[in-house]
Amino acid sequence: MNTDKKAVGPTKILVPAGALGSGMLLEHVRHGVKLGAHAIACDAGSTDSGPFYLACGVSKHARESVKRDLQVMMCAASEAQLPILIGSCATAGTDAGVDWTCDIVIEVARELAIAPKIALLYSEQSAELLKQRNDQGRIRPLPPSGTLSNGVIDSCEHIVALMGPEPYIRALEQGADIVLGGRTTDTAVLAAVPLMRGASAAASWHAAKVAECGGLCSVNPRTAGVIFTVDQEGFDIEPLNRDNRCSPESVSAHMLYEASDPIIMTEPGGVLDVGTARYVQINERATRVTGSRWTPQPYTMKLEGAGKGLYQTIMLIGIEDPEVLAHLDEFEQGMIKALHARIRQTFGESAGDYDLSLRIYGWNGVSGRPMLAGATPPHEVGVMLVVTAPTQSLANRIAKACNATFFHTPLRPGIEMPSYAFPFTPAEIERGPLYEFRLNHVVETAGGFELVRTRWVDTAQR
Amino acid sequence: MAKVREVCRHVRSKNAGPFWVTFDLFFDGPESFKKYAMSPALGPQLFESLYGADPQLVKRLPVASLNVVKISYARPRPQGWMGERDMHQGQSFARLLNVDIG
Repeated sequence: MNTDKKAVGPTKILVPAGALGSGMLLEHVRHGVKLGAHAIACDAGSTDSGPFYLACGVSKHARESVKRDLQVMMCAASEAQLPILIGSCATAGTDAGVDWTCDIVIEVARELAIAPKIALLYSEQSAELLKQRNDQGRIRPLPPSGTLSNGVIDSCEHIVALMGPEPYIRALEQGADIVLGGRTTDTAVLAAVPLMRGASAAASWHAAKVAECGGLCSVNPRTAGVIFTVDQEGFDIEPLNRDNRCSPESVSAHMLYEASDPIIMTEPGGVLDVGTARYVQINERATRVTGSRWTPQPYTMKLEGAGKGLYQTIMLIGIEDPEVLAHLDEFEQGMIKALHARIRQTFGESAGDYDLSLRIYGWNGVSGRPMLAGATPPHEVGVMLVVTAPTQSLANRIAKACNATFFHTPLRPGIEMPSYAFPFTPAEIERGPLYEFRLNHVVETAGGFELVRTRWVDTAQR
Repeated sequence: MAKVREVCRHVRSKNAGPFWVTFDLFFDGPESFKKYAMSPALGPQLFESLYGADPQLVKRLPVASLNVVKISYARPRPQGWMGERDMHQGQSFARLLNVDIG
C-alpha cells in the first residue's frame, strides 16, 4: 500500500465491529470496501469483562465467533487487497492470545485459498524486566493506585503493555497483509493507517476514539460497523448499515462512553483534547468533526496485570415462603449468624480467613444496600451464598458444612424446619480462583517499539 | 424539589476501566442542565453514601453541548473483587434516579 507520508489524500478506515467476535455482516463490510476503504481495522480486546481473561490468557469470545468475523474480514479484504489490523487479540492481548488468533487466521486463509503475510506484535512483559524498570523509577501509578511494589509484579499471572500505532505502521510498511497485535489501546489500531498516510494526528486519534466501539457512535447502536475518513483538517464518519446514521449528537455523545474524562485522553505518545471540537452533519448519514487538538508527550505505555489469590464456592436457593419474604432483612441477619456459627463449630480455628456473603436477588442482591422500611415484599427471591477461602478445597468444605444450615434455617427459632428450594445436586458449585486486576500504572519507554516484539508468519511458505 | 428521574431523559452508569465507574446524566434540556448539573446534591457525599466512594476521588464534569453532566468515582475495590455484585456497575444508575437534586 501507499506509504508516502505526504499528501496522499484522505484515508478511509473500515471498522466492521466494536470487537472482533461480536458479529459483523459481509454485506456491510463489502459496502465499506466499495466506499474506498484503505484498511479494515478492528479491536479485539477489553478489560470490561473482568480480570479472568488476562489472568488466564484466554478469549472472552468463542473461537467460532472470532473465526466467523475473520472469515468476513479476510474475504472482503482479499477481494480488494486491503490490509487488516487487529488489536488486543483474544480479549486480553497476551502472547498466547495473539498465537490463538493467528491459528484461526491461518485456518481461514487456507479455506479461502489465500496466502497473506502475517505480522504478529507481542506486548506481554516479563516480571523481571518490569521489576528493573520499577527499580529505575520508570513505572508510575495512575489514580487511584499507589506506588508499585515488585511483589505485586510477581503476583500477576500475565502483564501486558498497551501498544501505540508505531509497531502496526512498521509492520504494514514492511509488507504485512494482516497485523495481529497483542494488547493495544483501542484507538491506536484504528489510528495507525491514517497516521501512516500523513493525516492530521488530532483527527486520526479523535476518529479512532469515536469509532472504537463500531456502531455505538451511531443513532442505532445495535448495528455493528462504521467507516471514517481522515484528512488534514478533520474526519467524517458514517455507519456501514445504510439505514443508520451518525449524528453530531451520537458522535459527540460517544466520547462520554466508558470514559472518566470525555475531553482529555492520554495515548501512548501524546494527549488528545476534544474540548474545542465541532461536530456538523454533512449529509443524511455522516457527521464531520474538526477542531480537536493533539499534543505529543514523552512515550508511556499503560500496564495491565492480573493475578489470582483466593477461591470461591457458591450455593443457590429460592424462597417462596411468604413469612420469610415479609421479613427478609431479619431472615438475612439470622441466616448469616447461623452460617458463621456452623462454620466455627465445625472447623474451629482451621476455618482461617474465610469470607461469607449472601446475595438476595429479588430484594437487594445487586446493590447490597439496606431496603427502605416498608418496601413491598417480592413474590420470591433467589439467595446466593458465596464462600471465599484461601484454597479451593477449604471453600468447598466450608460450603458443604453450610449445606443443611443454608437450606433449612427457619426465619425464627421455634418455627418448623423449612426446606428452601435448591436447584442442583451437588448443591455446592466450585467457582474456581478469584481473579484480580493488580496494575494501574504506566511504564516510560523510549518510544513505541522498545517493549514490542514482532514475528512474521508467511502463509505462502507453509 | 426535583428528582433526578424528573429532569433527565437518560441516566446511565458504566465501568471506565477496572478502577473507575462513570455516570452520565443526560438532562432533558439546557434549562435543567443549567439548573441542576452542578447541584450540591450531586456532590461527592452522595457518591460516598450510595456507593462507598472516597469523596476526594469523585470528579464532576459538565458537558454543556450535550446537556450532560459526567460524574466519575474511583472504585473502593477494583472490578471483580471478592464482594463484586456488578462487574460493569451498569445497574448503579438506578440508585440515583430518586435522588432529590434541588
